[in-house]
Amino acid sequence: MMLPKRFRNISLILGTLIVLTIVICAVFAPYLSTHGIEQMDMRNRFSGPTLTHWLGTDNFGRDLWSRLIFGARVSLTIACISVAVSCSIGTAVGLAAGYFGGWTDLILMRITDIFLGFPAIVLALAIVAVLGPGMVNVALAIIVVAWTEYARVVRATTLMLREQNYVQAAKAIGANPARILFKEILPNAMGPIIVLASLGFGTAIISESALSFLGFGLPPPTPTWGWTLSYGTRFMRDEPWLAIVAGASIMVTVLGFNLLGDGLRDALDPRHLSRSAGKKK
Amino acid sequence: MIAYIARRLLLLIPMALGMVVVTFGLLLLIPGDPASVLLGQEASPDAINNLRNTLGLNDPWYIRLGVYFMHLLQGDMGRSIFQNQAVSEIIVGRLGATIELAIVALIFACLIGITLGVIAATRQGSLIDTISMVFAQLGVSMPVYWLGLLLMLLFAVTLGWLPAIGRGTPLLQATAAALTGQPHVLLDSFAHILLPALALAANSAAIISRLVRASMLEVLREDFVRTAYAKGLRRQRVIIRHAFRNALLPVLSVIGLRFGALLGGAVLTETIFAWPGLGQLTITAISQRDLPLIQGIVLTFAIIFALVNLVVDLLYAAVDPRIRLG
Repeated sequence: MMLPKRFRNISLILGTLIVLTIVICAVFAPYLSTHGIEQMDMRNRFSGPTLTHWLGTDNFGRDLWSRLIFGARVSLTIACISVAVSCSIGTAVGLAAGYFGGWTDLILMRITDIFLGFPAIVLALAIVAVLGPGMVNVALAIIVVAWTEYARVVRATTLMLREQNYVQAAKAIGANPARILFKEILPNAMGPIIVLASLGFGTAIISESALSFLGFGLPPPTPTWGWTLSYGTRFMRDEPWLAIVAGASIMVTVLGFNLLGDGLRDALDPRHLSRSAGKKK
Repeated sequence: MIAYIARRLLLLIPMALGMVVVTFGLLLLIPGDPASVLLGQEASPDAINNLRNTLGLNDPWYIRLGVYFMHLLQGDMGRSIFQNQAVSEIIVGRLGATIELAIVALIFACLIGITLGVIAATRQGSLIDTISMVFAQLGVSMPVYWLGLLLMLLFAVTLGWLPAIGRGTPLLQATAAALTGQPHVLLDSFAHILLPALALAANSAAIISRLVRASMLEVLREDFVRTAYAKGLRRQRVIIRHAFRNALLPVLSVIGLRFGALLGGAVLTETIFAWPGLGQLTITAISQRDLPLIQGIVLTFAIIFALVNLVVDLLYAAVDPRIRLG
């Protein structure tokens, strides 16, 4: 089966491949891991890549490959939760603001602006500091900032779609607002939402690993990427491998989602002119 | 223009109010009794009671919000729980270092981003274009703390060219020293700020370069560019005088947003490079769960961000009349 031509762009293909590989590694981590994540091999501490330890080992001789693919589970789970929730909240806010206009729009968008006005990581840190670490709290800290982007984009799209003939026609035959919003407007606004969600995965993974890196993510023994990178830095002068591999896995994953997002934008919106590139965090 | 400025300033008031409410709301999020949570399990009942009184926890939340707000209006952000000092004093002492880092990073980001974007756009489809855009994609995807570590590893640890951590003399003072015949002070400050500023700038540079490229490509297709060529102007002059100046407009509005991202990124960069600014203070405050200090820092970040955006919007309106009239 051949893909339609617009789906055949390099970003989309490369992004899909990277994301698929990482998702498979995370889902099948128990089968793909070669060692237990806590299994120590003190004779092979800080080994580079070998046949037994594909990505080498850490300061306790624990297998990095196994730890990283289990770490991928944490990152992806938190990213999934935060993208799903922030996307739902943001889309609802954006639809309501764009469709109803007037005071609804004014109030909802001012609230969005307020949350957008805090540097994401600072607010996330403050929330984790208050609520304590844990998967849900970390996801919540990411959501508090992330929904704003969806709200703004969905509002803009809704404003445009509201004036379309088919929406006016639905109104004329007496469809109620809920029906118009969910049956007419939402399906046509899915393009930008999907693109944002894909880019949102990248942002969520960077935020989660930043929190873990600073020591406010999931507590050990959970092998989060950020934490692995963080303790890797302690040995960086003599054994930089650990920090390099941990950081590279974060970067490659984020790169995958960003390429996927850019590729989807090219495929779903031919008029994009890469304008939205500047709005990404 | 005056009406526009007034409107923008008025809009700032509900915005600031909302930010205060969010910041205040952090305290309400704490599960259980905030005083005992903040002080930890070993705290004596007396200490907990004292803190309850200081934080006003015995009053209902709306009275506390009112009091918090009245204090803020007088510039009082409360007292730090663990450092026996007013929050505003602690923050003022750290603010300079963070602003210096963010401004230098913003300059780097603009220089690198604009240069790469213009080169890529004028040579669309060439190898240089591809390389610039690969760089931009990597820059967007690379966590700032990892890039910081890699730069430190290469330039400080392996090559030994630059200091790995710390801050030299503040740049303003260092410039003054350089003018009075001590250039080595300024050089030392530059050497210290180079790596953290570069690490912090990379992400913004990447985003700016993509935006400049897209904006340049759009402008280069405009009729006035063709007219300029038709007049027989040299390519260089057309690109710089005609295309570039118009392409820069949309970029200006993003630069304000980037400043906010840079302030946030500073939290991570400062931790890695032991840069004595607000970011490092944030981490200390958060590990100690020093809530008044955390609230003060969060609010300070938000207010700086709002002010920077205001300035950018006003500049934008000054440059482009369509904004203030529209």
